[in-house]
Amino acid sequence: MSSHRLEIRVKPRPGLLNPEGKAIHHALAALGWAAVHDVRVGKVIYVDMDADTPDAALVEAEAMCRKILANPVTEDFEISLVPAEGGVPS
Amino acid sequence: MKMAVITFPGSNCDYDLYKAVQQVGGEATFVWHRQRSLHGYDAVMLPGGFSYGDYLRAGAIARLSPVMESVVAFARSGGPVLGVCNGFQILCEAGLLPGALVRNASLRFESRDVHLRVERQDTLFTSEYDAGAVLRVPIAHGDGNYQADDDTLERLEGEGRVVFRYVDPTGTVTPDANPNGSWGNIAGIVSADGNVLGMMPHPERAMESLLGSADGIGVFTSLVKSLSTAAV
Amino acid sequence: MPQDLVTSPLPRPTDPPVTPELVADHGLSPEEYERVLHVMGRELTFTELGVFSAMWSEHCGYKNSRRLLRLLPTEAPWVIQGPGENAGVIDIGDGYALAFKIESHNHPSAVEPYQGAATGVGGILRDIFTMGARPIAVLDSLRFGDLDSPRVRYLFSGVVAGVGDYGNCVGIPNIGGEVAFDRGYEGNPLVNALCIGLMKTEDLITASASGVGNTLMAVGARTGRDGIHGATFASEELSRDSDEASRPQVQVGDPFTEKLLLEASLELIASGAITGIQDMGAAGITSSASEMAGRAGNGVELDVALVPVREPGMTPYEILLSESQERMLVVAEKGQEDEVRRILEKWELEAAVIGRVTDDGRFRVLEGGVVVADIPALPLTQGCPTYEREGVESEEVKALRSADLSAHATPSGDLTELFLRVLGSPNVANKRWIYHQYDTTVRTGTAVRPGGDAGVVRIRGTRRGVAATTDCNGRFTYLDPRRGTLAAMAEAARNLACAGALPTAITNCLNFGNPLKPHIYYQFREAVRAMADACQAFETPVTGGNVSFYNETDGKAVYPTPVIGMVGVVEDVDHITRAAFRNPGDAVVLLGRNSAELGGSEYLYVTAGLVAGEPPEVDLMAERRLQQAVLAMIQAGALHSAHDCSDGGLAVTLAESALGSADPGDASLGVEVTLDDDLPPVAVLFGEAQGRVVVSCAPERLDEVLRLAADHDVPARSIGAVGAPGGALRIRVRGAAVELPGERVRDTWLQGLSGIMDAPHAAGA
Repeated sequence: MSSHRLEIRVKPRPGLLNPEGKAIHHALAALGWAAVHDVRVGKVIYVDMDADTPDAALVEAEAMCRKILANPVTEDFEISLVPAEGGVPS
Repeated sequence: MKMAVITFPGSNCDYDLYKAVQQVGGEATFVWHRQRSLHGYDAVMLPGGFSYGDYLRAGAIARLSPVMESVVAFARSGGPVLGVCNGFQILCEAGLLPGALVRNASLRFESRDVHLRVERQDTLFTSEYDAGAVLRVPIAHGDGNYQADDDTLERLEGEGRVVFRYVDPTGTVTPDANPNGSWGNIAGIVSADGNVLGMMPHPERAMESLLGSADGIGVFTSLVKSLSTAAV
Repeated sequence: MPQDLVTSPLPRPTDPPVTPELVADHGLSPEEYERVLHVMGRELTFTELGVFSAMWSEHCGYKNSRRLLRLLPTEAPWVIQGPGENAGVIDIGDGYALAFKIESHNHPSAVEPYQGAATGVGGILRDIFTMGARPIAVLDSLRFGDLDSPRVRYLFSGVVAGVGDYGNCVGIPNIGGEVAFDRGYEGNPLVNALCIGLMKTEDLITASASGVGNTLMAVGARTGRDGIHGATFASEELSRDSDEASRPQVQVGDPFTEKLLLEASLELIASGAITGIQDMGAAGITSSASEMAGRAGNGVELDVALVPVREPGMTPYEILLSESQERMLVVAEKGQEDEVRRILEKWELEAAVIGRVTDDGRFRVLEGGVVVADIPALPLTQGCPTYEREGVESEEVKALRSADLSAHATPSGDLTELFLRVLGSPNVANKRWIYHQYDTTVRTGTAVRPGGDAGVVRIRGTRRGVAATTDCNGRFTYLDPRRGTLAAMAEAARNLACAGALPTAITNCLNFGNPLKPHIYYQFREAVRAMADACQAFETPVTGGNVSFYNETDGKAVYPTPVIGMVGVVEDVDHITRAAFRNPGDAVVLLGRNSAELGGSEYLYVTAGLVAGEPPEVDLMAERRLQQAVLAMIQAGALHSAHDCSDGGLAVTLAESALGSADPGDASLGVEVTLDDDLPPVAVLFGEAQGRVVVSCAPERLDEVLRLAADHDVPARSIGAVGAPGGALRIRVRGAAVELPGERVRDTWLQGLSGIMDAPHAAGA
């Protein structure tokens, strides 16, 4: 067993309205960023877990996404292993 | 007594504030958020609601509205500003009040009557209450959990800037009386100069016993009285 | 455009050929398609097939319900707008009118509870404000399976959050509703939302495309690919793989845009720049444009290339059938387009000219000037074939109804213990876990919040108020659709009377299974017939509503659930009456008569897991007299409280009145009564006999209350007195009693639902 850090990016599914992104887009335009033509908001989740191998951790993370972290109806997800030392907000 | 009630896209308690001001004899005007001038107003009110849908963070987009420059200037020049619920969140995002309102500890929207203890009777907004009075006032928010860094909290408490605290019906601060996890049961605070009040509970919804409580009237009568005293 | 080009659009290069299989996939039977061909006089394009399939779906075409619905009374002197518009409208006096309607969002909520419920609220709000009325309250009527299933808890918490977040953000108070948990709804939750809106009578606007040459404009959110064929989807049974298959049809709600659209729409209507407005709801642009044309007897012509879209490459088929939320179709007076744009622009919304009103009665769609669909509007909106099906009662239900319940009339244990089980059942327990997530006080009009018999909103500037309630006991309607529906009507009217309101009109949400099955059609037919009778008896016409069929999972239908949304007028806010006892020492009076009936009761479900027996009998005339008696007592100022007797029976009614809101600062009171009926104690305590109300009054008004009851020919008797703050609950029946300290009653009631939902790991998946 060793510790692995996973970065899970939960993204709004393409084609579905993303109201939050739309409102932010609007605000950015109002502030002068006229070149912005789309904004979509998702979330990033960091999970630290023990697993025998990095692959095993990825398999577990995928199960987590399917079970709870992402809403399969409205969201997609991507998982990557990141170095435990960096890339994580304090 | 002219009071500007600012309407942001998504504000939904502007009407209630407007009616509350009228009820105590004030003159209320809706001011659309794109208006830049607040010239001629004696007080400014930021209503509750979901400005910009609370997207990004509650109050984060509204504080960039054109009118907010004037609100900040009005507040810096000592003008009374009241922010209720989303209005409080906007005041924090705009830096007129310290700290932030984060997700309720329950992770749910919380809507019900709470009890508040008036911690400071000597403000523009509370002079008509007895010190220590316990008020029954509705709350309705998802992000009302007041948090700040230790220095700020120490300063707020040290300077007596906590105006309202969540208490039980007997006036005692208890964990059960805290609806959202706010540090120190804080429900409302004032700025260092005392002219900007932000509070999560809705005094404008507690103006008539027919609707459950008239305990909020004091906030508005205090303001009107303070302003007319100042005007003399 | 020259007229001779419009007769036969060419298929677009990417369109699939219209084959019998494709027609079947679109939910049209071969006979129905024959009729379509006859109407058209030629073959259809793929786009046209999509349009017909949506408009002739159950959801838009009411094909299996329309004939029976004609039985319902829809007229009264106070009805301003009956069925057929976005919402019904009634006159409530003092120059004000009330728009109200209930609608279901069952299927979307089963797939994605949060968005399904949220968009359900959004849709019903739009139906109200497109009439020119400002929404002043919502109510939600919810049904789920039993809460021991994690999936059910997930659906329940998602739906409550969705209803709450949407209404809270738009700023419409939730003033009541109902929730029921029963295995009859496992897998197929029912999510019905009712909205009421207020307007000055003269501000009424309808959804019709009048004025040839006027301009069609799309306003609000952009059109995306979401919810395509939602109307057809809502007309099909769910199967186990619905989760997978129906994903692309989920719509995402944006309450922020809705709030802007609400304000913009009311401003548009007030401006006089528009002649008609309609929500692009089920079947999107197709239904809104063709229905508006059909109502006015005109035609419309629109170009999909002019519709603002969210994604590139959308086909006419997709644009016409998209159910993207928060969009409106507006008919602007010719020359007023800029005024419409100016108002929308103020609210930071888009408005685009997409077409015009024509005089040729056609629903014509262009793509960049090229005709892609050309259909006569009237047959499209009105020509959907309607059916009367065979209705036969299921043998299974007959057997359940005739079950021998005599063994259950003898208590299976200590009565006090049994009482606590009934009181703590999620169906009976306090519902604050739900309504604490709903803003109930915004707009400063809510005089009676959720948790009582009916919600009440006062009308500012008048002495009046309006009360609203939603009711249906699905077990009753399952066991006997006729009696159950009568009971739902009776309960709704009792609830309003108890609040101090005169029952005035109803909207209905008819949730049933697959009407092609004879036992389902039987349920539907009996329910509609019963509703018609009760509407006559109570003088509460139907002003609109919604039919939701195919509420089935794996072939198993939900209980037939005809939800009654009833509104009433409170003449004077001083008449507003609550369920809670007010003063210790007050007399407690039972109006109506206890009975030995136990069929369909919560008691049977809780103690024996049974849904069986004859549901309680309903005497419509006795109910009417009871309503009038309660109102007379209230208007005489004689009552301190009034509470309808329903789920859980009389013991629960007494406990609820004693407990009051149970909010901090509101004392609960004790109660002590004696019920000497010559009936089994179980039936007296827990039977759900209809026609009963518990009232309290000052002891010196008791004679007056009894006299008013006698005047209305309503049985009444003093059964005891209100106890002290925090006092005990004591209900004596022949030879037995329920006796409990107030604290225990309160904890059981408060924990029944919250205890389950707040338990660790309650969230479910």
